[in-house]
Amino acid sequence: MADVETLTAFLTPTRVRWAAFIVVNALIAGFFAASLTARPSPIKAALLPGETTHGHYQIELACSACHDASSAASASADDVMNDACVRCHGEQLRDADDTHPARKFNDPVHADLLATLDAQSCLSCHAEHVPERTTAMGLTMPVDYCWHCHQDVGDSRPSHVGMTHDTCATAGCHNYHDNRALYEKFLDNHYGQPDLLAEFTRLELTSVAPPAAPPAAAHPAGLDIAPEILSDWSADAHAAAGVNCGGCHGGDDVDQPWTDSVSLETCGGCHQRQSGSFVQGRHGMRLSPDLGVELSPMTPAMARLPMHADAAHRELTCNACHSGHRFDTAFAAADACLQCHADDHSLAWRDTAHAGSDVGVTCATCHMPRTESDDGTVWVNHNQNTTLRPNETMARQVCLDCHGLEFSLSSLADVDAARSCYAAAPDHRIESVQMAHNWFEARRAKRDARKRSRRRAKTTTAL
Amino acid sequence: MKASVRFAAATIVAVPIVAATLVMTPGCSPSEAAATPMGGITPRQFADGVHAVMMADRTVYAKHVVTNLKKQDAPVTADEYWDDTDNAIPLPAQMFRMGAELVDENPEAGFTYSLRSQWPLNEQHTAKTEFEQDALKFISDHPGENFYGEEELGDKKYFVAVYPDRAVAEACWSCHNDHPNRGEDYPEFAKDDVMGGVLVRVPIP
Repeated sequence: MADVETLTAFLTPTRVRWAAFIVVNALIAGFFAASLTARPSPIKAALLPGETTHGHYQIELACSACHDASSAASASADDVMNDACVRCHGEQLRDADDTHPARKFNDPVHADLLATLDAQSCLSCHAEHVPERTTAMGLTMPVDYCWHCHQDVGDSRPSHVGMTHDTCATAGCHNYHDNRALYEKFLDNHYGQPDLLAEFTRLELTSVAPPAAPPAAAHPAGLDIAPEILSDWSADAHAAAGVNCGGCHGGDDVDQPWTDSVSLETCGGCHQRQSGSFVQGRHGMRLSPDLGVELSPMTPAMARLPMHADAAHRELTCNACHSGHRFDTAFAAADACLQCHADDHSLAWRDTAHAGSDVGVTCATCHMPRTESDDGTVWVNHNQNTTLRPNETMARQVCLDCHGLEFSLSSLADVDAARSCYAAAPDHRIESVQMAHNWFEARRAKRDARKRSRRRAKTTTAL
Repeated sequence: MKASVRFAAATIVAVPIVAATLVMTPGCSPSEAAATPMGGITPRQFADGVHAVMMADRTVYAKHVVTNLKKQDAPVTADEYWDDTDNAIPLPAQMFRMGAELVDENPEAGFTYSLRSQWPLNEQHTAKTEFEQDALKFISDHPGENFYGEEELGDKKYFVAVYPDRAVAEACWSCHNDHPNRGEDYPEFAKDDVMGGVLVRVPIP
């Protein structure tokens, strides 16, 4: 009884308030300390200073993907994050023959330009966690950025006089990084093409030469393998290439025990370029070894695009599209996508001429284009970001296989056409192809006139 | 073709860098060179040395590659849009500029160089500062002389050397004289005329 009285006397209202204050603050500090050191999980979401962009939200809880200083030139925030940008996007920018590479501004004479816009830092235009000023292209810079360095463009290109700053970077004209299908000579070279070309181009995939005799399935004794699995496998390219059960499921020795599921690394053992590009794209980026941390595979439930509710928990591994043991690439090219994707563009595809055409233009035709490497082999690029944004990157790599350049760029610039999966021809035509052609025609006329004038002068002198 | 052109360009670029390193660091290791950036020679001697190498390479390219192909009516031609054109190689000025861009990429190079002209066919080669304008006018008005000076850009000081860029091969002046980008006041160039300037910038304390 005396103890209770003592405790009651000790617990004055002031002491209780102090105790509550200390406990609450200790809990808050403990929560943030735990989230700092935790593996990527929802607890880390408390550290996000703002919503991430559509290109990074998949890995937003792997903070070290962008904030790890171990390979940066210095520990400054700018160097650390630029290093992260280049690690993931550097190769793609090199392939795109980047029009504004950082090296271009190393010449000290560009100091004034850099003072206006630091073009050597990705973060100048692509900040993260600032949704209130992020546009569709992940741009966080006011859209008049071209004008600040190119305001005198009309001096050399009279056709550009009077154009407003918001017309520079629209499809058909210019892109800050990738102008492979937009530069003036390319436009002129493709002037006058019909909307639909007389001949289509389709790269044939490079296939592995099959062995003289298909291998035995060779699954471990005692394992009950369903007959349809064996039947599918025997009709598949894996059997033709000599890859039996153990080739993917292990079981040959104690180091590689049998496993029912097959990992990305196992598939990547033979399909290096496909798996390597898969982890660079939106489907597979959570599985990239470059993240430095292990994340679960992407699921439609995590996606920001509309997805079918019943697909919410499908995991995006190789098997998500290449299922079963038949690995039907025709299924993977469209039906597999439509198991999950439920946006207008995807749902409209079946009713388009593309879907019904003889050549069979599928989701994969445009978003996972067949790519020819320097060694001449043709493979399917599984990084769908390669042709996704800006969408005019699709023109040269895909559309021009069947369509003229003006038609392609006009279609890609038409927002409604994109929404309907290009079911109809574009509303209006972009002018850049005609403008480039006019410019080259004027140049050719000037050159010819000068040559004629020089010949006349020589003749006169000779007389 | 493209791979071989890139290899040739890389080789042509690598030579001046290696030569520059040798000029800067007689008898010392790369780490010693970093510790004593000028290696006992003046910025002017350094600039003269790298300029000699880069111009020798470009002269060889213009005279013995581009002009030779033209004389032989070879199916391979030098073309402004060589990168996207079959059987094409870069123009001498482009080869020179690509080399400058590779040096820009090299953090160990320690200097930059570029092509400038009072009559640029490529607007990127216009004089960018008052210093550059004065230098181009000087080398044009004083044939045979170089222009040396110091310039401050972005709070950093540079020793700048500007050398006359002459028409060394028939391919140079014939192409420039007929070029559609030339303005009405464009000179009719002939052998050994100063068509522009080569600018070497070396950072100094």
